[in-house]
Amino acid sequence: MSAPATNLVTINVDGRDYQVPAGMNLIDALELFGLEIPHYCYHPKLTVAGNCRMCLVETGMPMRDRTTNQFIIEPDGRMKIGWGPKPAVACTTNCTAGLHVRTNTPVVKDCREGVMEFLLVNHPLDCPICDQAGECKLQEFATDYGRGYSRFIEEKNVKPKRTRLGPRVTLDDERCILCSRCVRFCAEIAKDPVLGFIERGSYSTLTCYPGRELDNNYSLNTVDICPVGALTSTDFRFKMRVWFLKPVPSICTESSVGANTEVWSREGKIYRITPRENNAVNDCWMSDSGRELYKQVESPLRIDYFAVNNGKCAPDQALARAAELLKGGGVGYVGSAQSSLEEQFLLGQLVKAAPGPVAFVKHAGKGDGLLISNDATPNLRGAFLTGLVRELPKANLDELRQKVESGAIQTLFVVHEDLAALGFSDALLRRVKIIYLGTHTNLMSEHAQVVLPGLTVFEKSGSFVNQQWRVQRFFQAVPGPAGTAPDIQVLGQLLARVQGESAGGFSPEAIWPQISTVIAPLAGWTWESLGLQGRVLDASSWAHVPFPEGKSLRFDPAAVTAVKAG
Amino acid sequence: MPVQERRIIYRHIDEPGYTIDLACYQRHGGYEVLRKALQRKPEELVQEVKDSALRGRGGAGFPTGMKWGFLDRKSGKPVYLICNADESEPGTYKDRQIIYKDPHQLIEGVVISSFAIQAKQAFIYIRGEMFEGFHILEKAIEEARAANFLGDNILGSGYSVDVVVHRGAGCYICGEETGMIESLEGKRAYPRIKPPYFPAVLGLYNCPTIVNNVETLCQVKHVIDMGGKEFVKIGVPGDSGTHIWGISGHVAKPGYYEIESGKATVRDLVYDLAGGPAAGRTIKAIIPGGVSMKILRMGEKFKVKLPDGSAGEWGVLDIPLDSGSFMQCGTSLGTGGMIVMDDTTDMVEALANLNAFYAHETCGQCTPCREGSLWLKKVTHRVCNGGGRLEDIDLVKNIADQIAGRTICAHGEAAAWPCQSNVPKFRDEWEEKIRAQMQAREHGELAARKGLRLV
Amino acid sequence: MNLSEKTTQYIDRLIPRYPVKRSAMLMILHAIQEEQGYLSKEAIEWTAQKLEVQPIAVYEVVTFYPMFRQAPIGRRHVKVCRTLSCALRGAYKVCDTLQHELGCGLGETSADGNYTIEFVECVAACGSAPVVMVDDKLHENITPEKTPDFAAKLKRETTPSMPPSRH
Repeated sequence: MSAPATNLVTINVDGRDYQVPAGMNLIDALELFGLEIPHYCYHPKLTVAGNCRMCLVETGMPMRDRTTNQFIIEPDGRMKIGWGPKPAVACTTNCTAGLHVRTNTPVVKDCREGVMEFLLVNHPLDCPICDQAGECKLQEFATDYGRGYSRFIEEKNVKPKRTRLGPRVTLDDERCILCSRCVRFCAEIAKDPVLGFIERGSYSTLTCYPGRELDNNYSLNTVDICPVGALTSTDFRFKMRVWFLKPVPSICTESSVGANTEVWSREGKIYRITPRENNAVNDCWMSDSGRELYKQVESPLRIDYFAVNNGKCAPDQALARAAELLKGGGVGYVGSAQSSLEEQFLLGQLVKAAPGPVAFVKHAGKGDGLLISNDATPNLRGAFLTGLVRELPKANLDELRQKVESGAIQTLFVVHEDLAALGFSDALLRRVKIIYLGTHTNLMSEHAQVVLPGLTVFEKSGSFVNQQWRVQRFFQAVPGPAGTAPDIQVLGQLLARVQGESAGGFSPEAIWPQISTVIAPLAGWTWESLGLQGRVLDASSWAHVPFPEGKSLRFDPAAVTAVKAG
Repeated sequence: MPVQERRIIYRHIDEPGYTIDLACYQRHGGYEVLRKALQRKPEELVQEVKDSALRGRGGAGFPTGMKWGFLDRKSGKPVYLICNADESEPGTYKDRQIIYKDPHQLIEGVVISSFAIQAKQAFIYIRGEMFEGFHILEKAIEEARAANFLGDNILGSGYSVDVVVHRGAGCYICGEETGMIESLEGKRAYPRIKPPYFPAVLGLYNCPTIVNNVETLCQVKHVIDMGGKEFVKIGVPGDSGTHIWGISGHVAKPGYYEIESGKATVRDLVYDLAGGPAAGRTIKAIIPGGVSMKILRMGEKFKVKLPDGSAGEWGVLDIPLDSGSFMQCGTSLGTGGMIVMDDTTDMVEALANLNAFYAHETCGQCTPCREGSLWLKKVTHRVCNGGGRLEDIDLVKNIADQIAGRTICAHGEAAAWPCQSNVPKFRDEWEEKIRAQMQAREHGELAARKGLRLV
Repeated sequence: MNLSEKTTQYIDRLIPRYPVKRSAMLMILHAIQEEQGYLSKEAIEWTAQKLEVQPIAVYEVVTFYPMFRQAPIGRRHVKVCRTLSCALRGAYKVCDTLQHELGCGLGETSADGNYTIEFVECVAACGSAPVVMVDDKLHENITPEKTPDFAAKLKRETTPSMPPSRH
């Protein structure tokens, strides 16, 4: 989807005209209309290889009279088309005005049947034990375009199986169809060209250089783009048949890039995370480390209870005690850039109801220029937007510490952050009454007078504002542990108690009318309007803030600054 | 009257006393054409080549002048010339003679052509197996450089070009021009997709590049020498100049013969020059020019249009030795490497032999050629080893049909054409062989397991 | 890597002949193989470093081109052309005889380390078929009848003091 949609041209496919962006790749152009040209090697984000030959179609152009240079018109009034002598691959065909394409002729059908047959002659056909089954292009296209029977009775080639290609990727060379997507991905996107083909002809074999491994932090994308079962995720291997899994759109919380993801689960258990295409954010990629984050969900350390003074209790009791402490004055807050925009908004309301200073913790990350930024939180900009912070968090919490030491702060409401890990000593933590909203037990939950359970991004819905000031939604993939409630409800009920009002239902949908009223750049926006690709807001109010992020795949702060300056 | 050779390119090949050193070449007028060419405008030389109607001698027969005309001159990028000396089409051994016996003729052709297309640098990509040929060319280039026939400011013309000899390493696919370019870039010789990678626009290092065969570049020297309008008078319309025919297989005098295009027939070549089959044998089949070309079976008749426009009929031996005549008979003269097979030849084994070649040489990049060529090898080997089934006959033909026209490069056609022509033309032999095997299997006997040995 | 000064200097002269370093890859691999008899992992990595490419790029090339090998072979490298023109004139018989006379299987190295026999595809000398290459030399018209003498001559020329073939 690379070409700008401004300049449209008319092409004709199987007798019907379509308006498509000039110069657009034919496969992509037809996909806009829901028309599939089957393909294996072509990938819109990689260079064109043209090697699988599955996308062969017939192409032609209107013929011109050599002397007059006028289009030749057939007796029936149609333009005479000069069809190519041989079928052409759609993946190297760019849309130009007058392009004619035939995808339903006997020749094209025969091409597809032929390629399918060739791809399967040396394929092990071990679908019953293959992880790709259910999302395998060989299976799909064999069904849609294959002959349905085999003429091959010779011995199949033997190649290495169950090869460890790297710490996270397993290779079955017999299943590989040599499309070179993974090789191109490593060279072109990950900039780590460790994969290659050795040997020749039908014996060609995908491999890593002996002694090297496919161990870059993007290695699992090769598994995603492998159209067959050759590259599999070692983590996911043999865990679950994919057709039992339900994908839910989510956002990666690894950094402020906010890679769009899908979280795949069955019966409340997450099995894998894969990237979700968003060409303004992460294209079709995500980091390997981001895919591991679901492992925090199932943990013996999960806080799945409400507690007061280290004794588990009913939610009402804990919330009542928390409200009491907040209303007692001398309150300080530690907010979280892991919280959703909606949660931060409610925290902001709470701060208004029970005023006190708000601190945020700096979580510096190490940007990789691709899909991990220098800010290891997903939603610091949400904190700016909701007014919780006005400047970037500092490396230390000295101001907060001083206020605790001086006794100015007596009650500390902490969301997700572990102050002990930030150097707050036991003695210091004992000087304040702590209300802790968090997902996992730690020193904070041990010290807290009130413990409120929090949920991970996978167990709740909401939105994050990424480094581009793009507001992106994530949805609940699995329910939280029994005894918990979404953060948004906990915060909402606490707010109601502090304000002395009765608590209503708290959900992102319910809160957004307020958000769009209060937060100027979001005026007129609704929860639904965020869609699945997010919306970018006008962030000129924060143009002066020296955010730490550098260039990444689809974000260039220098370019943003230049636009603002211009 | 027996047919006469007309030696232009091979004029001094095997001439007693003719040596490969520069002095000998110069004694025979060497580099005089270059001297004259350098005094002319490059575009004039390109025009001479266009006027000459010279067809490339690498097998495809594409008009050389037209190829040069495709060069992208607007990009401002340097232009490269690559001489394809990777002679590897089975049956072909004509370029070897030039490289080993008259290297300066090639170098003069390369420098003239480089000047004509204004190449910044020229490469001669020679077969890795031609160890001695590599050293001969390197030495000849040293001599030529010392005499200022190449290098800086050649003969004071202001034009400079250096020629680098580059060795391949045993790959047929490097003969495909874009495979050769990839190989010269230090990669696996995966032919490039066209479009967009037409060498004249996006060739070596993505710069405009011309790839020409050894013999073609030698022909260019003679085109420039006699002028395109004179050259075009040699031979027949549509195919000017001479062809070097290299005959191998079942003839009494295998060897190379340079014949004016269209001025002799297959009969003249096979019987008069090459001495015909061995005593008591008859010819069964001929592959005209390198094994990839479609095979001709003795007794076949072709309805053709004669040069005067009238309708006629040729048998295999009647076909005149020019590009158009072979095309009329459904095949091509290719590289001119003709293979003759007599009546002792098992045609299934002959095809199995070639299928093994293509399965070995396919680069493996694109699906139909990679999987199809190995499958063809496996089927034909099984048939040769006693396990034939009647359905294999159509299977072989159909696998080939699924390859030709659907691949990245012409290796697909090269692998398919022998099957597509051999199977229908020798269907009787296939059936006979397979029926005998079936019978043997029925009686619990092993069919004669000769494999694909041919002899 | 333990490469002679002569070869190292040759390689250093080769590289600047090309507008792009990587182009020298095949020539460098030939030069190393012709000194060491094969291309070791060390040679592959040395070449990669020399040409500023990843080792996989060299490994891909080494395994693609049939003339390159990754292990030493016998003292004499016997390459019998098996393609059509040679086969029609008895190449398979020639190969049988050579295997028998030299005590070496096809695609193998003889127990005494003297010979490695391989079938190769057409070497462009079809007019003088059958042809056999031994190391870097082409031998023409090696018919089945002439093969025993040819093998005998080869045996006379081959001594245990010879290093593994470099061609």
